[in-house]
Amino acid sequence: MSAREQMLGAIRRSLRRGELPAVSRAVVDARLREHPVNIVPRRTEGSDADRVAQFEHWAAFHHASVARVDVAGVPGAVADYLKTNNLPARVAMAPDPDLDRYDWPSAPMLEIRRGKPVDADPVAVTGAFAGIAETGTLVFASGPDHPTSLNLLPETHVVVLREADVVGPIEDVFVRLRARYGEGRMPRTVNTVTGPSRTGDIEQQLELGAHGPRRMHILLVRD
Amino acid sequence: MKSTARAFKANVDRALVDTNLQQSLAMLKVGFSERRRQAVERLPEFEALRDRARDIKNHTLAHLDYYLETFETKVKGLGGHVHWAPTAEDARDIVLRLCREAGAKTVAKSKSMITEEIALNDHLEAHGIEPVETDLGEYIIQLRNEAPSHIIAPAVHLTKDQVADTFLEHHARHGFTRRLTERNDLVAEARQILRQRFQDADVGITGANFLVAETGSSMLVTNEGNADLSNTLPRMHIVIASIEKVIPTLEDAGTLLRVLARSATGQEWSSYTTFNTGPKREGDLDGPESYHVVLLDNGRSSVLGTEMQDILRCIRCGACMNHCPVYGAIGGHAYGWVYPGPLGAVLTPQLIGVEEAGNLPNASTFCGRCESVCPVRIPLPKLMRHWREREFERHLTPSTVRQGLSLWAFFARRPTLYRLATRVANAALSLFGRAEGHYRALPLAGGWTTHRDLPAPPPGGTFMAQWKARGGASR
Repeated sequence: MSAREQMLGAIRRSLRRGELPAVSRAVVDARLREHPVNIVPRRTEGSDADRVAQFEHWAAFHHASVARVDVAGVPGAVADYLKTNNLPARVAMAPDPDLDRYDWPSAPMLEIRRGKPVDADPVAVTGAFAGIAETGTLVFASGPDHPTSLNLLPETHVVVLREADVVGPIEDVFVRLRARYGEGRMPRTVNTVTGPSRTGDIEQQLELGAHGPRRMHILLVRD
Repeated sequence: MKSTARAFKANVDRALVDTNLQQSLAMLKVGFSERRRQAVERLPEFEALRDRARDIKNHTLAHLDYYLETFETKVKGLGGHVHWAPTAEDARDIVLRLCREAGAKTVAKSKSMITEEIALNDHLEAHGIEPVETDLGEYIIQLRNEAPSHIIAPAVHLTKDQVADTFLEHHARHGFTRRLTERNDLVAEARQILRQRFQDADVGITGANFLVAETGSSMLVTNEGNADLSNTLPRMHIVIASIEKVIPTLEDAGTLLRVLARSATGQEWSSYTTFNTGPKREGDLDGPESYHVVLLDNGRSSVLGTEMQDILRCIRCGACMNHCPVYGAIGGHAYGWVYPGPLGAVLTPQLIGVEEAGNLPNASTFCGRCESVCPVRIPLPKLMRHWREREFERHLTPSTVRQGLSLWAFFARRPTLYRLATRVANAALSLFGRAEGHYRALPLAGGWTTHRDLPAPPPGGTFMAQWKARGGASR
């Protein structure tokens, strides 16, 4: 008997049944297929503007900084942020075609390389699959246009998020993921990231920048 | 991990006089529990979410075989591999074989209680593979050759000064020879050293908070981002998870995550909550080339369908220990095995035997705080009581306790004699300092009075005498 049969057999013996009977199977199949929404906190209800304001509130609560800009202002806002914080203007940027809509040459001081980061890259600039207003969380989906290491290796992560991509609860992200990748399908990695990396492992005191970015700056873009 | 649960009482005696530990535990009491309280206050739906979280886990457990098979099919469809491990030994062997296939010299590990349970690090080391713990707390205790003392804050028993000494001792070989005094410097130094270890690692090993059957995703929650580096940089990713980690859908994950972060650290959402689904895809610029999930049973299937089944709902948030007066007094190491606190008091006898761990379910005041904060409403005191009953039935209870209980039973069956005896005892107690409102020492109660005073019962006679004086049952 294989280890697999042994374990499944032990589970079924404990549940005092054999394989799931067809009727029960149809019920759980349907639950998987329909993936019903459970309880969604009411704090996510409201207008589009409320949602964006809520995202801003919770992102700041989790030690990210947020600035609202229009499309034309994005490159300049990235350059200004780096300058204000005394950070090098050397940027590893996701090869994401959505970022091509910004006029990067309008900020000539930015030295931009598209692709995955090397360890020494100080700054990453990426888009985001979505923002979750409920908790101020960013959602990054891996793919050829967005290597996961960009979210992790550089000490500073600047995220360009369109207001239209701010959703209420995480359940709305699941809806968008299914629309993009298909039912039951996911990209290799979906990171949901809330503020910069942190640890409380020394005397339970918060320290930022444990392994991932020390700083997270979010540009909320009006379309 | 070798158990010292049998030596629980000696462990406790040491813990109570360990000043560093007591200093750390004092911070724990105000830290986690206060932050949880605030987070719960911010979310009016929290209690309803706990009910739903409990129901999701109960539903999953009742269909566990179905969801595990569904999960397996999904992972295979993505080019990943699923391995079934009935025992800890099977899991160790599978992981070692996979590491060898990858030609691994070093392994980056993200904090995982399951790997503690199966003592994976010792096994890898014994076969020439170096496991590097990358969660900061887990890294600190690995350097110190200690076990975690808390399931989500493994180094919570240590002070900053102890961490500084440990780094000074172990980081010299990396060229860091200055003793640091600031927390942020300690964090930065560890980050720098571990960044290189991530780059060098051949395999990343992580646990899983949940396995999502709908998509074949394994989920991980961290605040540091170390799990994400472990599953992104090395060329092989091995997930090891026990069978009860599977849940049906992404929506179910959404509900469980809402109660997990708040119960654990009082956060709205953990900094990094990640869904990993199979190996690197075509065109991806990073990610592991191979992806393996090891499903571990190690005794859990035999808990299903028993009166202990509720413990399988546990999502390992640590709230029960954060709110436990016993854990708060003695810390995690005294429990003697992987899982401390009320969770450990229930789970440890199940996993390593009540003969070995019978002390643990007795280490409870039954105050019920653990149950009152459990995000999936596990009736922890009830489950501890089950173990006490089983221990008694199997004659594992110490003879002094058994004799005491027999003596009490003798009187309890003879009400007149009982009332007389309690009246005499009550009168005798006044000789030992009732006037002060408490006893500093008491015959036959040294186990209690060595470490604290025993509150004296108020004057006015025994309960039965007072009951009668107030009109008794006739009122």
